[in-house]
Order: sequence, then C-alpha cells, then structure tokens
Amino acid sequence: MTLKLGVPSKGRLMDKTFDWFGARGVGLSLSGADREYAGAVEGVAGVELVLLSAGEIPRELEAGRIHLGVTGSDMVRERLAHWEDRVAELAQLGFGQADLVIAVPAAWVDVDTLDDLDAAAAAFRRLHGHRLRIATKYHRLVREFLKLHGVADYVLVDSQGATEGTVKNLTAEAIADITSTGETLRANHLKVLADGVVHRSQATLFRSRGAVWGEAETAAFNGLMETLEG
Amino acid sequence: MTATPGRALEAEQARLVVRFLAEGAELVDPPVLQPAETLLDLYGEDIRARAYVTRDPLAGELMLRPDFTVPVVQMHIAGTAASARYVYAGKVFRVQEQGVERPSEYDQVGFEIFDSADPAASDAAVFALFSEVLAPLRLRAATGDIGVLMAAVQGLSTSERRKAALSRHIWRPRRFRALLDRFGGRSPVPPTRAALLQRVAAGEDVFAEAGPIIGQRSRGEIEARVEALAADAAEPPVSAGEVELLDEITGLREKAPNALERLRDVAVDLPSISGAVERLAARLDALTARGVDVHTLDFEGSYGRTQMEYYDGFVFGFYAETRPDLPPVATGGRYDALTRALGEAGAVPAVGGVIRPALTLELAR
Repeated sequence: MTLKLGVPSKGRLMDKTFDWFGARGVGLSLSGADREYAGAVEGVAGVELVLLSAGEIPRELEAGRIHLGVTGSDMVRERLAHWEDRVAELAQLGFGQADLVIAVPAAWVDVDTLDDLDAAAAAFRRLHGHRLRIATKYHRLVREFLKLHGVADYVLVDSQGATEGTVKNLTAEAIADITSTGETLRANHLKVLADGVVHRSQATLFRSRGAVWGEAETAAFNGLMETLEG
Repeated sequence: MTATPGRALEAEQARLVVRFLAEGAELVDPPVLQPAETLLDLYGEDIRARAYVTRDPLAGELMLRPDFTVPVVQMHIAGTAASARYVYAGKVFRVQEQGVERPSEYDQVGFEIFDSADPAASDAAVFALFSEVLAPLRLRAATGDIGVLMAAVQGLSTSERRKAALSRHIWRPRRFRALLDRFGGRSPVPPTRAALLQRVAAGEDVFAEAGPIIGQRSRGEIEARVEALAADAAEPPVSAGEVELLDEITGLREKAPNALERLRDVAVDLPSISGAVERLAARLDALTARGVDVHTLDFEGSYGRTQMEYYDGFVFGFYAETRPDLPPVATGGRYDALTRALGEAGAVPAVGGVIRPALTLELAR
C-alpha cells in the first residue's frame, strides 16, 4: 500500500501546494494529459498524489481514503464534527490565508461589535417580525461562534456564492464569509465587526486519524516528514 | 450506554404511563414531524444544531420532534378545555455533536398540568408525582426558580431598556454577565462606541462617510439605536449593591428552606422579588403537604438557566449521583412563557416534566 496525499486539484491552491512541497525537496506534478487529474511524486518513496477538490479533502480524510491532505483549515472545521478527533494538523503552509468574518452594512454606524449585533437583532426582530438573517455557507462555524458569544434573534440563511450581494438583494441583513483583503466587502458597502473574526484560515497539511496506517504507510510517512523537515 | 431490550423498555414505559394516567391525565400522541418554523421561532438558530431537520415539498421545513412540550401546548391551546392533564410517551430526537456518547433518539414519558387555579399546588403535584415514581432509584433532586431572577432584573433601578436586555439573556448566562458588567460600569465602553457617541455629542453627521443604506434595516432603525446608545451612555451605572444582590441570587446553592430564608433577606433590599419568593414559599408548603421532605431538597439560584429557555418559574431535575456520565433521569418545570408565545389568547399556566425510561430501567438493574 502507498501513502495517499490529497492536494487541491486546481488553481492557486494547487500551485502553491506544489511550490511548498517543492521547496522542501518533494516534487509534486501533474502527470499525463493536461486535463487528467493524475499526479506524480518525486523525492520520496511510497507516496501517491491524489488530486481532489479542496472541499472534498476533509471528507476523504475523515473516511480515511487519503492519509494526508492539504486544504483550508476553515474547510476542515466546517465540514467535520469534532475535527480534532478525525484529523491532526501537521503543518500550516503559510498561504491561502483568509478570515471567516461577520460583516454588516457599513451604514450601520451603531453596530461595531457582536454586542451591537445582538441588540440590533433584537430590535430588528421586533420591528420586522422575523429574525435578522445572516447569509453564509459556513453554518457550523458561524452558529458555534454566535452561540459562544450569546448572540440571539438571528437566523442563518444559506448562500453558496456571491454572499456579499445578499444584503443589497434583500435576502439577508448581514453576512459571514471568507475574506482575505476585505476588498469585496468594501465594494459591497459592508464592514467587518471589530470582534467578528470567526476563524483565521490558511492552507494546512492534515493527517487522517481514520486511515489505515500499516507498516508501508508509516514508513512512507516517516520518509516524507524527514524530507520535508530537511 | 447499554442497549435496552425492547420489551423491558416497553414495560417500563407502560408502567410510567399507567401511573400518570391514574392522576387523571389524558393520553396524547403528537406527530413525530413538527413544523420547523415554530421551533425555530421559539429556540432560535441553536435548535438547528440540536434537531434533525428535513424537508417536505408541501409542508416545507420539518423537524423530528426534539421534545413533546411544544406540540402538547399547541394541542391544548387548539382544544376547548381550560384545565387539563396530559400524559405522553415516545421518542424524541436530538443531534449529539458535543462528543458525549449519548443516544440521538430516546424515549420520554411525560406528564403536564395546565391549570390556572393554584400554581403552587400544580408545581407540587408534578414534583411529588415524579419523586414518588423515582423514589426507589434514590436520585438527587435539584430545583430552582427562574421567576426569582426574572423578578430581580425587573426590580433593578435602571432603564427599562437595560432591564429588557438583561431579561432577554437570562438563559444565556455568559452574555447576561457581560451585559451586567457593562451596565454596572465594570467593563469599559468599546472604543468604537465611545467614538460614535463622541461624534453624536459634537453634532457631527455620523452617516457622512458610512456608505449607502443597503438591506432591510432602515436608516430610521439605525438612528433610533444611535439615540438609544446616547441615552444609555447618560444613564448612571447599575449600583454595585444591586449587582451583588443579583450575584447572591444566581450563586445561591442551599437546601430549599435555607434558600428561602436567604431570598427573603435579599427581598428586603430588592422588593421586586417578594412575589416570586412568596410563590417559592407557597410551593415548599405545597410540597410538604404532599409528603416531600423539602429540608433535603437542593435549591440552586441558576438552575435551569442553560438549557431550558422556555422555563420561567419552578424548575427541577433528578440525577443519579453515582452515575455522573448519565444525563438527568427526569427534568421539568413551569413554562407559562411558552404558552404565551404559542397562544394568541395569552398565557395558560402550565407545568410538567419528562422521565427517560431507558435510564430508570438501567439504574434499577
């Protein structure tokens, strides 16, 4: 058996992951035709590259179909209940930084903290007859965060894309989304709450706790880690 | 938790149902699928993490019932009887995500009294019945009274707005504490708010560079809250003495008669709780009349504040002290506020509780 390493199958996240491993003596590359999701590994023995969508990597790690995987820490926390029991963090890769934040219209001059959001939500519900809607695709992370901080009278509405536009389109009053520079938020007249950072995410190398770790996989893993640590 | 053989569980369930029926209760059987909207309205977004949600093409979002209380209240309100007693038995469904090895579906047998005549007597009737049924298991009973804390908040010498904010978070102790610290001047004003208030005081247009108004929350709503913040900043802090009285209530852990004495002392300085304290006294008398030894009964001032948002008076739970790994064997309380939230005709005083037959079986073994 080989040690399976799951890596995002396209875009900057893939390129940066290849760069990160390459700089540490492990050559990852796409093999075969341009559009085929097959990869090659050089520099260590017994490691197989598996190219996957970044969003599927948490599930594959949980199921143990891959031994190692690179994906955003936000993905793992959102998609895996008790993520610490399912996977272990091996290394933060220093790219793919993005913050999951709670943002409200910049015109809400009275709302800058979660405390304000909670009070505004109470008043909003009384006046409008429904809870203050927060659009997001990070339901678990946002719900846990708001519960921890005692925010009430809100409801999460699902938004899988263009979340920053939901307020203007009247399908939500606030949003919780990933941002790296805040530019899209500003362009959509939104601002981040002062204490509204739910999670600071970055690309992270995870190890599956659920995969089969036989002699061959363990040997390959040790070899890989030695090479990476130089 | 060990699996309970089906037949033994059925027999235990039947035993409890028969006992409750003997109290003049009517057997009801609410549907497993409940409209999600009602539950979401009552419990908020938290319920989504705790209940199984499913979808029906016509009825919309539905939940597997996370408890019986809501459908039983709805059934009672839809009916014509002013006072009634109900018994029910069946499964409830709770998502268990928090690591504990607890079943996500389990049986409950419940008993509820809807009666406005004598609340203390109804409270005592439910508790005494549960005590009797559970007596062989030698459980520890914990009790509390959310009504005392609610009345205490109402009695603070501060603005209605602050009282409303505190009342709203009685069931979220952490936010309650944060608010109390803010209102008591013990935690600093957030810098963003201080800056806003300074600009308001200087007569500046706070909307000048804020960007366009987008979304459903209107400029009027924002202005109203800015005004409220300015008014609140001018409000004197809640006195240290009053904060201490609240701390005394929330930190209270005593045997019931001692707790009553302590609360009577608090009522001297905070007369708003007198009514609630006398209701507690009447309840203890009613319990004694039913043969409950109140001198061994624990009373906790914060009991019921974390999980049971709809309880607003008497609350109780029965615990197996030798088995801290088990959830409470039985829980219950008074939920007039729930009947007020669900009914259009105002509150119907109601009190009740549930027993988990799988646990009584396991402990009896």
